[in-house]
Amino acid sequence: MSGLMQVHGLTRRFGGLVAVNDVSLELNVGEVHAVIGTNGAGKSTLINMLSGEIAPSQGRILLAGADITQRPQARRALDGIGRSYQRTTIFPEFTARENCRLAAQAASPRPWAFWQTAQACQRSGDAADAALEATGLSTLSARVAGTLSHGAKRQLEVAMCLATQPRVLLLDEPLAGMGAEETERMLTLLERLKPRHAVLLVEHDMDAVFRIAERITVMVNGSVIASGNPHAIRHDPQVRSAYLGEEELA
Amino acid sequence: MNTTTLSVQTTPAARHRWGATAWLPLLVLVALALAGFLLQGYPADLVVKIMVLAIFALSLQLLVGMTGLVSLGHAAYFGVGAYVAVLASGEAGGNLFVLLALSMGAAALYALAVGALSLRTRGVYFIMVTLAFAQMAYFIFHDTSLGGGSDGIYLNVRPAAGPLDMENRSVVYYVVLAALAFTYGLLALIQRSRFGAALAGIRVNEQRMRAAGFSTYGYKLAAFVIAGALAGLAGFLVAARDGFVNPEMLSWHISGEVLLMVILGGMGHLRGAVLGAVAFTLLKEVLATQAFVGPLANHWQLTLGLAIILFVALLPKGLIGLAQRRKEKQ
Repeated sequence: MSGLMQVHGLTRRFGGLVAVNDVSLELNVGEVHAVIGTNGAGKSTLINMLSGEIAPSQGRILLAGADITQRPQARRALDGIGRSYQRTTIFPEFTARENCRLAAQAASPRPWAFWQTAQACQRSGDAADAALEATGLSTLSARVAGTLSHGAKRQLEVAMCLATQPRVLLLDEPLAGMGAEETERMLTLLERLKPRHAVLLVEHDMDAVFRIAERITVMVNGSVIASGNPHAIRHDPQVRSAYLGEEELA
Repeated sequence: MNTTTLSVQTTPAARHRWGATAWLPLLVLVALALAGFLLQGYPADLVVKIMVLAIFALSLQLLVGMTGLVSLGHAAYFGVGAYVAVLASGEAGGNLFVLLALSMGAAALYALAVGALSLRTRGVYFIMVTLAFAQMAYFIFHDTSLGGGSDGIYLNVRPAAGPLDMENRSVVYYVVLAALAFTYGLLALIQRSRFGAALAGIRVNEQRMRAAGFSTYGYKLAAFVIAGALAGLAGFLVAARDGFVNPEMLSWHISGEVLLMVILGGMGHLRGAVLGAVAFTLLKEVLATQAFVGPLANHWQLTLGLAIILFVALLPKGLIGLAQRRKEKQ
């Protein structure tokens, strides 16, 4: 079966700079596809194009066979693409549960029904509880999100993605700034999410990447220099030279 | 697990709004309704003035406090509502409800046009664009003969609908009170609805709202139009009360004043807007009265400015913050 999300020749130029150059990849349900590379390799730009935050200069994005290249971000989110950000992006003033409930509300918005309270929305409430349960945050559901620990905030952001019931998860450095224990918890969570989601993981923690990913794509200066399973990537001479010394590559 | 009981409480602020003091607005409403029988002359006029400004401030609260959109051109919808009330009245006056609908409709339409364009910008650019559109409306009324130019224009006969004749001052009082109750009630409902929850989300983190699947532009535009219509309602009431409108209603001073009311009272709280309208009007009234401040009354702008600086410095969360602080201590 072909991938749930397919990316063909995606390119993004910012003026003269080519941030992402002719990148093609595939995301499958049941797989974590990690994208690694040095800072400025174009990983975040790639995620931003997939989630619809910025438009590609060239290339196509397919979701379950449908061309979604022109769809706006909100539409893509409703189509089942959830994402987390490199910088934690939550609602710090709201409780953890309201963070998730509000995210889930996108699927049943009914903005005109001003006489109904938001809290009475059964569907978004259930989705929020399920997402908190899945991420192990149930006990913190009443806590104001801004007061949670860094690790719990990162988890909450994943929970907010899950509350929208996505098929594709685009995770931008979910392990950034986490301690060993928090990292472990997040990796366990990702393992659990894997069977039902197609996951794109941008991450700097190589141990974590090689442990959890089925497929790894290596980007340098906006281009893919290698893509394959962890074993192949580990022994790829180009990847080794890119990571060992920039001068050899140039 | 007790998640279901906790679910009703979204934020500490929400708990405050819907907790022990939810009856307060109703109490104020009843008090105002009773006061209508007793008050006459200047006190009655002052209460009417404050109520109208409270409607105006509430309409801006929907944008500033609930959605995080700082508009510095809110007087435009206020003025458009007022002008339409006068321009649509015939020689023999017009029907209160028809004119009211026309006023609010015109203000909403103008807000739709301005919002559709200005909401494509953000931050300080949004502030500037809303200001620019308001100034444009101001100069249209000021420099063309459309509404009597800079002198403004008089109503021949005030709007009426059967016994609801705005020539009668106590009718004005109760119509304004009903309009205030309507505005407050509508916004209170919106605030707890899914629409309101989405607006709060946009205020706190618009990026996350889009990532979750909300078309935030549509939400913001809807809020902008509702706020415009409610400002138009306040404008209509001013026109019907005074029987006179002039371009100053649309000037940026008025936009600034209503923004000050919201900030003074407390952003994000409906009560804050009402409180801000009360405080601002009373301050202005006191500081411009010889009997209270002597010769300083001639320089009320200066003393008002100083008073507001003092207020904002001491009460960063507005007057409503004062009430909350007291509550927390208990």
